[in-house]
Amino acid sequence: MLGDLSVSLWRGGEDGRYETYNVPQRASQTVLDVVTFVQRHIDPTLSYRFACRVGVCGSCAMTVNGRPRWTCRTHVAKVAGSGRLEIGPLENLPVIKDLTTDMQPFFEKWQQAQGVFAPTKTRHDEIEQIRPDSPARRLVDAAIECINCGVCYAACDTVRWNADYLGPAALTRAWTLDNDERDAGGTARLQAVSAAGGCHACHSHQSCQELCPQALNPTAAIAGLKRRTTAAYLKGEIKA
Amino acid sequence: MIARAIKHRGSALWIAALVHRLSGLALAIFLPLHFLALGLAIDGEAKLESFLRWTDQPLVKFAEGGLVFLLAVHLLGGLRVLVIENLDWHDGQKQLATLAAAVSAIIAFIFLARVF
Amino acid sequence: MNVRLYVWQRATAALIAPLVLVHIAVIFYATRSGMTAADILSRTHNSIVWASYYGLFVAAASIHASIGVRNVLTEWVSLHDRRAGLFAIVFGLLLAALGVRAVYAVVLS
Repeated sequence: MLGDLSVSLWRGGEDGRYETYNVPQRASQTVLDVVTFVQRHIDPTLSYRFACRVGVCGSCAMTVNGRPRWTCRTHVAKVAGSGRLEIGPLENLPVIKDLTTDMQPFFEKWQQAQGVFAPTKTRHDEIEQIRPDSPARRLVDAAIECINCGVCYAACDTVRWNADYLGPAALTRAWTLDNDERDAGGTARLQAVSAAGGCHACHSHQSCQELCPQALNPTAAIAGLKRRTTAAYLKGEIKA
Repeated sequence: MIARAIKHRGSALWIAALVHRLSGLALAIFLPLHFLALGLAIDGEAKLESFLRWTDQPLVKFAEGGLVFLLAVHLLGGLRVLVIENLDWHDGQKQLATLAAAVSAIIAFIFLARVF
Repeated sequence: MNVRLYVWQRATAALIAPLVLVHIAVIFYATRSGMTAADILSRTHNSIVWASYYGLFVAAASIHASIGVRNVLTEWVSLHDRRAGLFAIVFGLLLAALGVRAVYAVVLS
């Protein structure tokens, strides 16, 4: 029998506070299990967000002991060596209540970065053949597995300091699309990520890379966008 | 907003970016003073010479060592940023950042050892 | 920072990097046995090479530093883009003016 965990959870909105609960420790327990235990057995008014519980949907990210993490795949044993957990909502996003943040700014920036596929063909055309070993497709593969969890966005101090900054996830998405041979977003997308708050605001802190649960490297993707937009700017294809 | 320790801020690369910014800021503040000092030569060599003798004080020399460190660390840190942004991705960024700081400290130390 | 400012800041950075290396070498050379005004001025006086080197250095550093200061102001002081831009332009011009004056002082006067 393992002992109890001392768990501090953020309660309330922006001006809330931490409240501490005792939760029985179990083998192979995840942080999401802990939060769920509090909601089911201690306080049913606790608000938090999750869906798949297996690291696919990207909805359960929270701040765990000072770091943004996907809670469903974060084992308590790995992050709470001292038997203490402090769980709060993600940073850099408005708090709705308790552990739930408003993800709207995050997704609006995906739109601003034109992180949307711009098709070049219709259903009547033949399916385009993409070689998996082509250089462009390899760049896409390296960055495509984003689950929109917002961990990188919460970890990024450039987001914190610059309200306009599109953030690592949106820019990484723009990068994968720019490398997609079937996509027609091209110049317009490069223009969109070159305005104030675009890829050039990145300081390469690399917190995104360090904390991405999918082990993606947004800093490298953003560096790619910096090179490509610089070339486009110098050729006069985009304007500042 | 929520008062809480942001732990990833302690990471070597976050500190490297902070050092880069602070060294750049300090150099930007120092530059006008540097230019004003050299501008003393407009009124003749003697004016510049008397200023240079003022800088012989140990405390000023020590500060000059600090400036050499700031210049070197901003240069090497900046080269690291240019490499990240313009070349293919290389791992080992933390080691590179630490190396940049260490080399800068050595340069500043040699400078101090020579002027004292 | 938009792409235009980025290009200017990184281009001046790449230009300044070798200049700084030379500058550090000159610092070490000049302080080898105490620095005197006569020493400095005998090196720089009427020298086209040093005038162009320092002239280029001043121009590039003024642009580079003013864009850097602009970024600090927008991120850490939360100044709006326009106001930070205005401050940066004034700062850059001041740096350039003082720098040109310093080059003039050690080369021509």
